[in-house]
Order: sequence, then structure tokens, then C-alpha cells
Amino acid sequence: MKNVRKQKRASKSLPFFFKDEFKVSFVIIFISTILLISTFSFDIVPPILNRGIQPATFPKALLVLIISLTFIVYFLSTKKPWKSEKKLPKPFYLTLISFLLFILISKTLDFFLAISVLSVFVSYYWGERRLFYLLLVSIIFPIIVFIFFETILGLRFPPGIITNIYYQV
Amino acid sequence: MENLLLMMAPLFSSKLLLVLFFGTLFGLILGVLPGLGPTTGGALILPFTMTLDPLSAIVLLTSIYCAGTYGGAITAILINTPGTPAAAATCLDGYPLAQKGEAGRALGMATVSSTVGGIFSVIILVFFAPLLAKLAYEFGQPEYFALAIFGLTMLASIGEGSPIKNLIAGAFGILISTIGKDFMTSIDRFTYGINELSEGIGFIPVVVGLFAISEMLTQSTLLDQIFKRVALKAVKLPSLKDYKLTWKTILRSSGIGSFIGVLPAEGGTVASLIGYSEAKRFSKKPEEFGKGSIEGIAGAEAANNAATGGAMVPTLALGIPGSATTAVILTGLIIHGVRPGPDLFREQPDFLYGIFGAMLIANVLFFIFGFFGAKIFARITLVPNKILWPMIFAVSVCGTYSLNQSIIDVWIMLFFGVLGFFMRRYGFSVVPVIIGLILGELVEGTLRQSLVIFDGNWLMFLTRPIALTFFILSLIALAFPLIRSKKFKK
Repeated sequence: MKNVRKQKRASKSLPFFFKDEFKVSFVIIFISTILLISTFSFDIVPPILNRGIQPATFPKALLVLIISLTFIVYFLSTKKPWKSEKKLPKPFYLTLISFLLFILISKTLDFFLAISVLSVFVSYYWGERRLFYLLLVSIIFPIIVFIFFETILGLRFPPGIITNIYYQV
Repeated sequence: MENLLLMMAPLFSSKLLLVLFFGTLFGLILGVLPGLGPTTGGALILPFTMTLDPLSAIVLLTSIYCAGTYGGAITAILINTPGTPAAAATCLDGYPLAQKGEAGRALGMATVSSTVGGIFSVIILVFFAPLLAKLAYEFGQPEYFALAIFGLTMLASIGEGSPIKNLIAGAFGILISTIGKDFMTSIDRFTYGINELSEGIGFIPVVVGLFAISEMLTQSTLLDQIFKRVALKAVKLPSLKDYKLTWKTILRSSGIGSFIGVLPAEGGTVASLIGYSEAKRFSKKPEEFGKGSIEGIAGAEAANNAATGGAMVPTLALGIPGSATTAVILTGLIIHGVRPGPDLFREQPDFLYGIFGAMLIANVLFFIFGFFGAKIFARITLVPNKILWPMIFAVSVCGTYSLNQSIIDVWIMLFFGVLGFFMRRYGFSVVPVIIGLILGELVEGTLRQSLVIFDGNWLMFLTRPIALTFFILSLIALAFPLIRSKKFKK
């Protein structure tokens, strides 16, 4: 009970625009509004081809619904504040960075290499220091997965510096 | 009699038995590992099912579903962390009982009640799915539209978390389904000139992102978490005294679970919570709940496994998934060219009753695996996250890429992973997004076709009795949380 009171007090002391409730609602409404505006640029079907409603009408209705419901969520949160969340730890941001690294490497160098780099990066920053396990997650396991998908599903991975060696391009 | 023989077909096919064996084993492993589960596992295994015939593929997915739902109980009892959300209620009494040195008894009860609940729900499935399918012959486009709306409102109101947030998530799921070429007029929507988006956003990248990748991000915030494991010598079958104490609870929870499963509302999770609270309400010793009550374990476990069969009823009879995992199964059916609905019951009874039979066998198989192998399965949780999750990432990436051989799908998966993490952090369930995505085309298509039939007159929906009934039920479903909160205040 005391914790709840403390939480409410802490939450009340912040200006409204710093609160999670506001930030989340703002982001949803902002993105939905941009999407809503973009629906006005959808092509319009001539009446003879139109089936029931215009292609833009349904998404428009959904976006208006999302915006309206988000306003309700925000209004309700002013009466009953959300549980305040803990600050995100460093490994979370590093994992997020590893995703960006994955996209970058898979786009420029090699898909397989990108998986290996992400695996070793995540495993290391999550606390693994033993060389064998780092090799296991970054090289041995991806090779097993690669061969498994390649042979069983007949999958052809995108070209890259390592996959080209495998495919002998 | 003929249908009973069709149900027994998997027993006489070595291939199907092998698929069942591996599906159950894989399902148990997925269920045991916290953060994974039958939904993520099913989505990851979906590309592999392409190498199988349709029946084997769906048998594989359903056996993962049944065994994965049970597997969550092993971790719930031994390390106080539910392997799947459906096992959350099992922790309440399972772990305290294990701490008293009775882990074997707790797991024995969980295994027996899960099996009874699962088998009970398959019986319900066998009887009710064909009836519902027959009823579906009366459905036209307006009725399907109303039914889909009813499903989404039910999901919002009795699913986990805030009903309004669930509605937002459901609407967002439907919105994702509108990306790409409009299926009726071929006009681009939300593609912004990106060719790859013209085909729309696939189901698998979204599911794997929202479940597996977002869970990976969640695990990155829990690295300092320490699990306290309870030692397990062997699983013990419940004693006669325990049976006498719990048989009514098991039956009641099996009924509750099957009923909740039929409703599109995150099946097992809600079912186990209701099964648990009803077990407490009817118990002669409610004060023991939360301290290691054997009835509590029976109530939660029978209900969550009973929801598996229940959730398959609308999935097969109407093509409306009853839970996130059945949404994956529905995708599996569609990928293999099987269209669920009343025609399936008339044209392919051997296929359907094969699935029913396989579910029945899967329930028996996980009983055997659970009884003799729980100790081994519990050891899987010893694999550290720092090794496990990079491996899951590799499988997720390759699995997502493999369906369309598209790198864009992998990026979409990562995007939804990050989005799913923040959704869960701020109390938005990701399940309505999945259900919304899979029902999106049905909702929009039936709405537009209905409006063509009604010549644009929206009020005509009210002239169709079945559609009107579903709309009224949807309103009741939306009002239900309000009534519930007022009742609590009183």
C-alpha cells in the first residue's frame, strides 16, 4: 500500500509530459495522425469499380478508432496512473544496437556473418566469457542452422562474402 | 463409428506417430523454457512444415500446442517461473508445495489434471466443432463480419490487461493487414513506394517479432534474475486421497477451460486463472490456496490444457482463431491450402478427425513424457540465457527469411520485436495484434461485401438476426469490464 502511495506521489511530482502515460499516448496519436493524413493520398476508385467503400475508408476508420481510444486511455490514466517502469539496463540498449548492426551487416556484407556477429555480441554482453560457448553460438550453431535450412528446405540464402564461398560463386 | 476409426488413423501411421512424438517432445521443451512457448515455437516450426503433407504439418503444430501448454507447469512448479503465461496460476500453489519437499506430488497432479483436461477438451472438440460448422452454413458475409467483431471484442474484454488497450492493439493488428495492395481494387495502401510492401506484411515476421524477439529484449533486462530451483526426485502419481480431493475440481476446470477456449480470448491464460479461482471458491479449504494446495494445481492445470481443444473449435469450424497459437495453426492450414470452415467438415472428414485423434494421442504422450521425463525437461532450464537466446535469434532469423526468402521480412521481424517489447512494457498485450492481423482481411472483406449486398445501407446489418445477435453480444462483451469493475468497487 505504501509503495503504491509512493509511486503515485513520484508520478504526481513529474510534469505531465515526462510521464509514461503522456509519452506513450502522444507517440500513438502522433503516428496515427500521420498515417491518417497519408490515407488521403490513396487513389480513389471510380464509382463503377468501387465495392462498397473506398479503399481508404476502412484504414481511416481504424485510425480514428485508435486515436479516440488512445485519448480515453490517457484520460483514464490521469485518474489512475500507470505503474512506473524501471529504467532499462545497459544490456537492453546493447541488444538493440546489435539489431542495427545485424541490419547493417546483412545489407552490406553477409547474412550469415550478420547472424554470427549478433550472436557473439549479445552473448558476450549478456555475460558469457568462455571461448567455447562464444564459438558455439557464433559459429557452430549458425552453421548447423544454415546447413539445416539449406538442405532440408532447399533455401538459398542471400549472396554475401561468406555465402558466396559456400555456393562457390 | 466411422469418425472414431478416422480418429484412430494416426495410431496406424508410423509417419504420423513419429511426427506426434517429435511434436510433443519439442512442445514440452518449448513449454519448459520461460519466454518461449507453443506460439513462438509453432511460428518458428511453420517453415519446416512445408516439407510435410498437410495432415502431418497440422498434427505437428497441434501436438506442440498441447504439450507446450502442459510444459509450462514444470518450470512453474520447480523454479516459480511459468514456462508459458498459461501456467502463471500454477506457480501460486505448485512452487509452495515443491518447497515443502513435495515437488513430485505437485508435478504428478499437474500431469494428471493436464491430461484429463486435454482429453476432455478433445471430446468437446469432436462433438461441438461439427455442430458449429453446421451452424456456419447459415452465415453470409454480414454474419461473418459480426462474428469477427464479436471475436475481437471478446478478446479485448476478457483477455489479459486493459480492455481499451487490447482494443487498440486489435485495431492495430487489423491496420497492419491493410498494408499492401487492396485485395478488392488493387490500390496501394501504406506502401509509400516500397515494392516489397505491396504484397502486405506476412504473419510469420510479425508473430516471431512480437513473441520471440520482444522476449529476447525482455530477457536482456532480466539478466540479474536468479532462479531458485527446487530439487525433484521423481514425479509421483497422485494418491487416492488426492484423487478424492481433486476429481470434482479437475472436471469443473476441464469444463471451464473448454468453454473459455472456444471464446477468442487468449485461451489457456484466462482459463487457468478462472479455473484456479473457481477451485478456490468451491474448496473446503480455501485458506490453503497460495500455500501449496493440491486443488489449486489441479484447477489451473486442467483448465489451461482444456482450453487447447476448445480453442480449436472456432479455428476449424469457422476459421476464427481462439488463441494466438491457434492463429499460428490457422496460418499453417492456409499455407497448406486447407480452408477451415463448414466445407472442411463435409469434404475432408479424414483430415479433421485425424487432427482430433492426434490431439488425443498428444495428450497421452505428454503424460508419458511428463511422468518419466520431467526431471530431464527441468534441466533444460539450466541452459543460460546468454547462450540460449542468440541461438533462438539465429533460428528466428532463418525461419522468417525462409518463407518468402525475403530479407525485408527479417527487418520487419526485428521492427515488431522492438515494438512488441515496448507494447508489453506499457501494458499492451501483443495477442490482439496477432488475432487482428489474421482476422483483418476477413473483417474488411466481409464488411465491404456486405455493404455491396446492402447497397451501402449500414442499417441493413440490423435486419440479419444472427449478425444482430453477435453485435449485441459484442456490446455486452465491451460492457463486461465496466460491470466487473463496478462490482469489485461494491
